[in-house]
Amino acid sequence: MRPILMKGHERPLTFLKYNREGDLLFSCAKDHNPTVWFADNGERLGTYRGHNGAVWSCDISRDSTMLLTGSADQTAKLWDVQTGTPLYTFNFDSPARSVDFAVGEKLAVITTDPFMGLTSAIHIKHIATDPDDQTGESVLILKGPQGRINRAVWGPLNRTIVSAGEDAVVRIWDSETGKLLRESDKEDGHKKPITSLSKSTDGSHFLTGSLDKSAKLWDIRTLKLIKTYATERPVNAVAMSPLLNHVVLGGGQDASSVTTTDHRAGKFEAKFYDKILTEEIGGVKGHFGPINALAFNPDGKSFSSGGEDGYVRLHHFDPDYFNIKL
Amino acid sequence: MAIEQPGKMRWGELEEDDGEDLDFLLPPKQVLGPDENGIKKVIEYKFNDEGNKVKITTTTRTRKLAQARLSKRAVERRSWPKFGDAVHEDVGARLTMVSTEEILLERPRAPGTKQEDSKNAGDPLSQMGKGGAVLMVCRTCGKKGDHWTSRCPYKDLSQPTESFIDKPPSDPTAAATGTTKGAYVPPSMRGGNTERSAGTDMRRRNEENSVRVTNLSEDTREPDLHELFRPFGAVSRVYVAIDQKTGMSRGFGFVNFVNRDEAERAINKLNGYGYDNLILRVEWAAPRAN
Repeated sequence: MRPILMKGHERPLTFLKYNREGDLLFSCAKDHNPTVWFADNGERLGTYRGHNGAVWSCDISRDSTMLLTGSADQTAKLWDVQTGTPLYTFNFDSPARSVDFAVGEKLAVITTDPFMGLTSAIHIKHIATDPDDQTGESVLILKGPQGRINRAVWGPLNRTIVSAGEDAVVRIWDSETGKLLRESDKEDGHKKPITSLSKSTDGSHFLTGSLDKSAKLWDIRTLKLIKTYATERPVNAVAMSPLLNHVVLGGGQDASSVTTTDHRAGKFEAKFYDKILTEEIGGVKGHFGPINALAFNPDGKSFSSGGEDGYVRLHHFDPDYFNIKL
Repeated sequence: MAIEQPGKMRWGELEEDDGEDLDFLLPPKQVLGPDENGIKKVIEYKFNDEGNKVKITTTTRTRKLAQARLSKRAVERRSWPKFGDAVHEDVGARLTMVSTEEILLERPRAPGTKQEDSKNAGDPLSQMGKGGAVLMVCRTCGKKGDHWTSRCPYKDLSQPTESFIDKPPSDPTAAATGTTKGAYVPPSMRGGNTERSAGTDMRRRNEENSVRVTNLSEDTREPDLHELFRPFGAVSRVYVAIDQKTGMSRGFGFVNFVNRDEAERAINKLNGYGYDNLILRVEWAAPRAN
């Protein structure tokens, strides 16, 4: 395959997200402008100007009209997808890290980093149908985990929130009461900070990637460990194919030590694993730095990766990918 | 396709009238299909230049292209105007490019090999096997990408070849040293040649399954010879003797086969074969010992 290279960002990529139909790809980077691309040919459709810090993550509403971004400028913004105009700004006292719309887009979860003596927190915000009625009040604020919460997503039927972060523990919270329901235990769980978390298409299980050089597949209801994928590099990004039983892990050595070694030694490929057999299927090379973001097109026929090198690489699979046998 | 159909109606019975349109005499046009395979048949009748009635059947197959099933909303989004920094088209145009490099999903090991290969990543032999399975050709059984000659499971079954006659008795250990983790293995020791290090042994290897080709035309080069012998089996070496002074071919060459029976087949087929106006003479390079 010949990947499409998109060089729209000046700084490392942080997050990638497709819309539901898979025709738009949203990219977030440490430069201040989230960007939307056409997912088939990689043409840039527009940028969302207004943030004043690194943008850590984004989420797109089901009907592809509203974009939510979380940024290090201590805000999360709602945008009109078509025009790029900001609709509303949520202000926080610390950088916003992870954002996720609930099913139905009535609620959103936004995590904030520990900052200036404040601890990290998970905020649940109400999202108004009409942006003019939008308020910044939190429905619920969850606190407790030590260190940064790198990702928080909604569980089935919006009843729970799954969070993971620097303390290497995966937690499931009740989204109504804010009670901690489940916690991954020490033996099964990750040993080092969890960098990424990605739900399956049907939302029944999710995958976490960690700096302990492994990725783990969990049941979203029981928090039972299903599979562990061992690799030889810290995992920064994970994605699951919606079509085949494949998982993709991206990562590489720490960005600060990249220049000390040959780029081949950094192991910057996106590694494909069989989801069930946990065996490696193959690797896709290309980035000149660690992979920070991975996303699968909802049709499962292409995936994109965003690297520390500032490139988004959009890969449309060759036909033989679909009949790979182990 | 046009099928001549002798018309039941005779020309003589018709009134001669050049200007008249005779199409009313023809059966109407028929359209069959398209059926489930997308095959559509159109049957038309017309008069040809000689005035005969001709049936023309046109068969067309309509194939659905792998059409991108885009939703209405997605199609609509395609025509959205650019916004933000993307409104400056000329700047945006250079942002997206297609990689000039073909990127493949690199398999961690050759399909069919076992997990153990990927485990000892420090092993130079397995590294070579990973890079290209074609490199790893067992000279005993001719299997590609599966194992090295020294590890061939059929080694004992096959008739010992010349090169194994004078191998030192410590062969298994020698083979083992070649696979020590991380240890440097000189090129001459790789690929299972651990038992032979001396130059004479190397030459003997070249004689193994070696076929001499004589009466070659001067234009014949090694790639041509390879092309000629490739269909018979895996060729491990092709050599055409070149005159050092003139740079011309000396009219003979050698081809080494991985397998003896393949070499034999090539000899049987190509001995006396006409190649470039000359009759080739193909035979075993060295007289067989047995």
